[in-house]
Amino acid sequence: MSQANDTAGTRRDFLYVATAATGAVTAGAAVWPLINQMNPSADVQALSSIEVAIGDVEVGTQVTVKWLGKPVFIRHRTAQEIEAARNTDLAELKDTDSRNANAPGEAIDANRAIDENGEWLVMMGVCTHLGCVPLGNASGEFGGWFCPCHGSHYDTAGRIRKGPAPRNLDVPLTAFVDETTIKLG
Amino acid sequence: MAGIPHDSYEPKSGFEKWLHVRLPIVSLVYDTLMIPTPKNLNWMWIWGIVLTFCLVLQIVTGIVLAMHYTPNVDLAFASVEHIMRDVNGGWALRYMHANGASLFFIAVYAHIFRGLYYGSYKSPREVTWIVGMLIYLAMMATGFLGYVLPWGQMSFWGATVITGLFGAIPGIGPIIQEWLLGGPAVDNATLNRFFSLHYLLPFVIVGLVAVHIWAFHTTGNNNPTGVEVRRKSKAEADKDTVSFWPFYVVKDAFALMLILVVFMAVIGFMPNYLGHPDNYIEANPLATPAHIVPEWYYLPFYAILRAITFDVLFLDAKFLGVLMMFGSIAVMMLAPWTDTSPVRSGRYRPQFKWWFWLLGLDFMVLMWCGAQPAEGLVPTISLIGAIYWFAYFLVILPVLGWKEKALPVPETIEADFDAHYPPKTSPAE
Repeated sequence: MSQANDTAGTRRDFLYVATAATGAVTAGAAVWPLINQMNPSADVQALSSIEVAIGDVEVGTQVTVKWLGKPVFIRHRTAQEIEAARNTDLAELKDTDSRNANAPGEAIDANRAIDENGEWLVMMGVCTHLGCVPLGNASGEFGGWFCPCHGSHYDTAGRIRKGPAPRNLDVPLTAFVDETTIKLG
Repeated sequence: MAGIPHDSYEPKSGFEKWLHVRLPIVSLVYDTLMIPTPKNLNWMWIWGIVLTFCLVLQIVTGIVLAMHYTPNVDLAFASVEHIMRDVNGGWALRYMHANGASLFFIAVYAHIFRGLYYGSYKSPREVTWIVGMLIYLAMMATGFLGYVLPWGQMSFWGATVITGLFGAIPGIGPIIQEWLLGGPAVDNATLNRFFSLHYLLPFVIVGLVAVHIWAFHTTGNNNPTGVEVRRKSKAEADKDTVSFWPFYVVKDAFALMLILVVFMAVIGFMPNYLGHPDNYIEANPLATPAHIVPEWYYLPFYAILRAITFDVLFLDAKFLGVLMMFGSIAVMMLAPWTDTSPVRSGRYRPQFKWWFWLLGLDFMVLMWCGAQPAEGLVPTISLIGAIYWFAYFLVILPVLGWKEKALPVPETIEADFDAHYPPKTSPAE
């Protein structure tokens, strides 16, 4: 340690700090590639958009497609399901955000379905609790989806109603290419 | 080794003297094996050797299994079947490795509860206890990574649920989760890195075990009375102890032999008893098994994870569950400081005993809860169990130390030993 008025000491202090700073930057630069190699690789990132034909999906049924390594639910809802979803008061919901990449806002049914009539519901088949695939075809206490892992119940618009999951099922970026084809991503 | 006075190694032959000056390795082995050990250790002190055996068993069988296993999503499941059907003796190696993990955890739970009952975590053995907890955490991580490798349904969905825990961290969670998985979901990148880390972590455990042994060889072993070995002179210490070799090596080897008889019977007759049939179905990212259950040794902590089904303030239920799960292990690490009783061994603590056995029961109830679907009363029972777990370490241990009136503790280990096994007045003396 140098004395306060020892000007020769300040040079040594500077060298200590400069050496430590250089060492820290070098260590960081050496470690970063080792950390970054674990991030998604180029081929994984490339598969970010797919098209799905939905012409054969009849009312009251659903298909599950794999997109980004995860299941996506595409459900052709019945009139009763649409009505049940539209008649649900926002106050009854655990999560009032629409969680829809296409229509941010309140979690009303119009902000969940992808078409104006509300016939088509497209969402990630990934429980927002810990990522299991919920069971569909009018499962659970609210006639929508039920996650068997930890007991989360989703309604006919994929909104969380009961159980440990914190959020509504996410609706991915979706667009109609034509009347019977949708594009995910 | 500091602490208890004992003989030290004297190199005798010319070669030993030559080597001792250059590398005192024989001295290190001698001092480690000849450590004076309390002569009153009961059968709950065998688990350390059982654990050491398990670690070696897992590393040896694991290295040879890796010679036949392929960490690729298209080939992993088939390569495990190849091990089971085609590799010479492969079925035995794999069953020993899978059930070896279970034996490892049976032994570690016995070892931990032994420490909790006899106050082995108390001063001056706090570092031994904390290093032990780190070993336990590393074991849990290794076991989890290994369970993913066969690429069955439970492998895949277990990996999805557990990596989802990291996604629950507010803000940076999803970024961390994607970084861990190497993509948006569990896939080939995940399987590859899990294989790499599953191979790495056991050697980290070897290092931690060396530190664990170093720490308790410095303080000396605890014993059922909790009374320290007298160490004013070697003559005094000799009355309280016997050397580890050959006395405890032979005793521990006998216990290990009996345990291995049962272990080999399990390997031969019921090798899948502790496994889950769903893991013989190849991983399918589009279908979750009806009921995801972790391996039995995670069940109590899995029950605590699921016990929280409500939000508190700005923290959602999911993140709280994760905090509770990791917290339940963190509170164990605090035991050396939250336990305020001056009496070390539970043997002389009449009230402590009740609370301790209730903790043991709580552990079993939570294990049962973890195996059940999250329906009906199960979440409520889990919550009560989780609350007791935390209360034991954070409330009961501190309050007991202050309120409880302990029984008289023996003066010395020798006195306690002689009370049970009166010394014979043999003419040889």
